[in-house]
Amino acid sequence: MASNTTTSNDTHATEDTHATTEAHGGNGGHSDVFPPFDPASFGSQLLWLALSFAALYILMSKIALPRIGEILEVRRDRIEGDLAEAERLRQKTDQAIEAYETDLANAKQKAHTIAEETREAIRKDLDAKRADVETDLAKKMATAESRIQSTKTEALGHVEEIASDTAHAMVTNLLGRTAQKATKDAVAKVVKG
Amino acid sequence: MADPNKVDPIHQFAITDIFSIGGEGAGFNIAFTNSSLFMVITVLAISSFLILSTSGRGLVPGRLQLLSEMLYEFVANMVRSSAGTEGMKFFPFVFSLFMFVLVANLLGMVPYFFTVTSHIIVTFALAMLVITVVLVYGFMKNGLGFLKLFVPAGVPGYVLPIVIPIEIVSFLSRPISLSVRLFANMLAGHITLKVFAGFIVTLSSFGFVGWLGAILPFSMTVALTALEFLVSALQAYVFAVLTSMYLNDAIHPSH
Repeated sequence: MASNTTTSNDTHATEDTHATTEAHGGNGGHSDVFPPFDPASFGSQLLWLALSFAALYILMSKIALPRIGEILEVRRDRIEGDLAEAERLRQKTDQAIEAYETDLANAKQKAHTIAEETREAIRKDLDAKRADVETDLAKKMATAESRIQSTKTEALGHVEEIASDTAHAMVTNLLGRTAQKATKDAVAKVVKG
Repeated sequence: MADPNKVDPIHQFAITDIFSIGGEGAGFNIAFTNSSLFMVITVLAISSFLILSTSGRGLVPGRLQLLSEMLYEFVANMVRSSAGTEGMKFFPFVFSLFMFVLVANLLGMVPYFFTVTSHIIVTFALAMLVITVVLVYGFMKNGLGFLKLFVPAGVPGYVLPIVIPIEIVSFLSRPISLSVRLFANMLAGHITLKVFAGFIVTLSSFGFVGWLGAILPFSMTVALTALEFLVSALQAYVFAVLTSMYLNDAIHPSH
């Protein structure tokens, strides 16, 4: 077997193939049997398969898979945590928006009320002042009118006197003598008539 | 005899000793062969890749860590969908099987590398391991109720004498079909590749015309290589899926 251990495993070195085959045949172990069906190699293959697969299984189940599982677990937790946090923040934002809108609506309402009140107050004030001014004006007008009236009455009261004086003067100038009484009666007659 | 153009497609499956422990004199002889070497390489490759790529435990995975995670989730989903949540206790087992077969198949695609899974004894041993796990766990968990596996529910009594033997035969043929499927795929694929690649060498020794003629087997070889990569991954997947389904039988024996 010693010669076989140094034999190249080169698949293309076909010269070696025959050498190996012959050497194997000479040792009686590996004859011309199709290699995959050669029972001589079964023992060794089974042994090493068992050893290597057991090693693989232990490495996988003890180290590699728990580690990957943990990584995935941590990531999933992290993502879920982050999503929950995002959801919480979103709700908070919504609440803030809602509160802001309520405040805004209240403020608008208040502003409206204030404006309305102010407008009302100004209007009342204006109305009152206007009423004052109007009454004042009306009073002044009434006074003026009564004064005009009295002046007029007074003026009218002097009409007869003026007329008789005028007539007397005219008659005096025309006739050269005074007929004061007759003139006065005539004027009074005209004025009354 | 030493014809350089003679291509032996079987040679790639030959087992050669690298060293042996013991010897004729010691009463035992444990040979470390090229097959053993590639089993060890397979295990080392899987373990070092998975362990090193995840050593950072990155919350945001890098490329290699992402690959490890994808492999994990792929097998985890496969086991969960075929064997249910209860089947997840076999997840490390199925994962090891899947990775072992996958990496052994893929390593076999590298030129000059030995294909571990092209030996029936290896695939048969893996299949028997699966069936043994199914049997042991099935009887441990369900006791004799595990035998209900052979009695399909809802089948009228008079058909049972026919159905039960069929079920038993189908159960017994599982390790054979499981192992032969993988073994035959790998063996046939590698032989085909080798034969077509051999045509290139043979044809190109005929001068220029031969070179032209070698284009055809060359393109075939390229196409077959791609196909073989597909087959490598597919067979590992099939092996793992069937394992999950058989484990499902052990967990829920009544169909």
